[in-house]
Amino acid sequence: MENLEQLLEHHPFFKGLEPKHIKLVAGCGSNVKFEAGEFLFKEGEEANAFFILRRGKIAVEAFAAERGSIIIDTLNDGDILGWSWLIPPYNWHFDAKAVELTRAVALDARCLRTKCEEDHDLGYELLKRFAQIIEDRLQATRIQLLDLYSVSS
Amino acid sequence: MNDSLNSTMVPTPFRVQRVRRETHDTFTLELRPPDGSRTLPFAPGQFNMLYMFGVGEVPISISGDPSHPERIVHTTRVVGTVTRAMHTLKPSDSLGVRGPFGTPWPVEKAYGSDIMIIAGGIGLAPLRPAVYQILSQREKFGKVVILSGTRTPADILFRKEMEQWRSRFDVDLFTTVDRAMSGWKGNVGVVTTLISRAPVDPQNSVAMVCGPEVMMRFTVMELQKRGIGGDRIYVSMERNMKCGLGLCGHCQYGPTFVCKDGPVYPFNRIKDYFAIREI
Repeated sequence: MENLEQLLEHHPFFKGLEPKHIKLVAGCGSNVKFEAGEFLFKEGEEANAFFILRRGKIAVEAFAAERGSIIIDTLNDGDILGWSWLIPPYNWHFDAKAVELTRAVALDARCLRTKCEEDHDLGYELLKRFAQIIEDRLQATRIQLLDLYSVSS
Repeated sequence: MNDSLNSTMVPTPFRVQRVRRETHDTFTLELRPPDGSRTLPFAPGQFNMLYMFGVGEVPISISGDPSHPERIVHTTRVVGTVTRAMHTLKPSDSLGVRGPFGTPWPVEKAYGSDIMIIAGGIGLAPLRPAVYQILSQREKFGKVVILSGTRTPADILFRKEMEQWRSRFDVDLFTTVDRAMSGWKGNVGVVTTLISRAPVDPQNSVAMVCGPEVMMRFTVMELQKRGIGGDRIYVSMERNMKCGLGLCGHCQYGPTFVCKDGPVYPFNRIKDYFAIREI
């Protein structure tokens, strides 16, 4: 069975990260489990972690008055959830809810931020990886905004 | 085969056998030749010109099973005058048919390869015959992956069949919708986001893509990012097709005519025109 360090080492998100940095990141991690319907976090709460989804499905939702909760994105096995822990004031902008039983690794935000401040190489490596995720999700959102399948298309 | 249908500009009247409402704005027509004995063989990806008497003629892809050429099946969306009129058809009504026209999906060329079928919205309809053909000779292919995106859960086409495909152990089917309310158990996100998780070997894959042109543009980008070459990506184009024979020029696309040289093209053949907004 893989320990946390090995798990991170084999995850595409951490590909190329030096072993010493993997060790530092793993030191902030813990295994977590969410039942279907359970919230990982809610809009406005402190962004105190990010998640590597090992197995399961998470819906990222926004609440709109009179319309209820709208799913904006879903994340699955292997996906990374959450970057608000990196950006002040470190609050979540959306809700995240388990659609089914989900197992994940939670990386503690305070712990990671402290380590990134102490080791800027680690901070830069993590930022590069999050920038890629932010870019991918921004592109996907832009395509979503095009409303590809509307009648006029 | 009914050669006269291929060689003439005159539509043959077909009888509506069955009408199925697929979603709030899409429907499927099953047509039979008037004398019941003739067949209309077609290849997956081809289209017919359907003529609503007194209203007009439109090109509609064939969405049925090529191994049953006696049943001509078309799935379309209500988007204009002709399809709106078609939407009112009932069993035993008549409809003019010319065809089949156009180039097919490269099913036989893809023997031995992994297959990615990528559909956006109503784009699943022209791909369904390819899925039928691939599944009828499943052993000739590697992995078969179907990725399908729609606007909302209510817009998902061919639900029953999709469930059947999903339940097969030799098919990987992923669906996604662009928007959904809380409580939806499926994926939300554009269809392009499914490409990175498709379990195929990019070096030995053939992708068949159909959907709105903008969706295909982003899909091709994502496929190329995954390492699938433009010679192994096939797209189905849509233009204003009129004659179906490459004579009238209405559907000119670069130096080609979509009705004759398409609608299915290897992406490399049209890549230089794909990004030109004016054509």
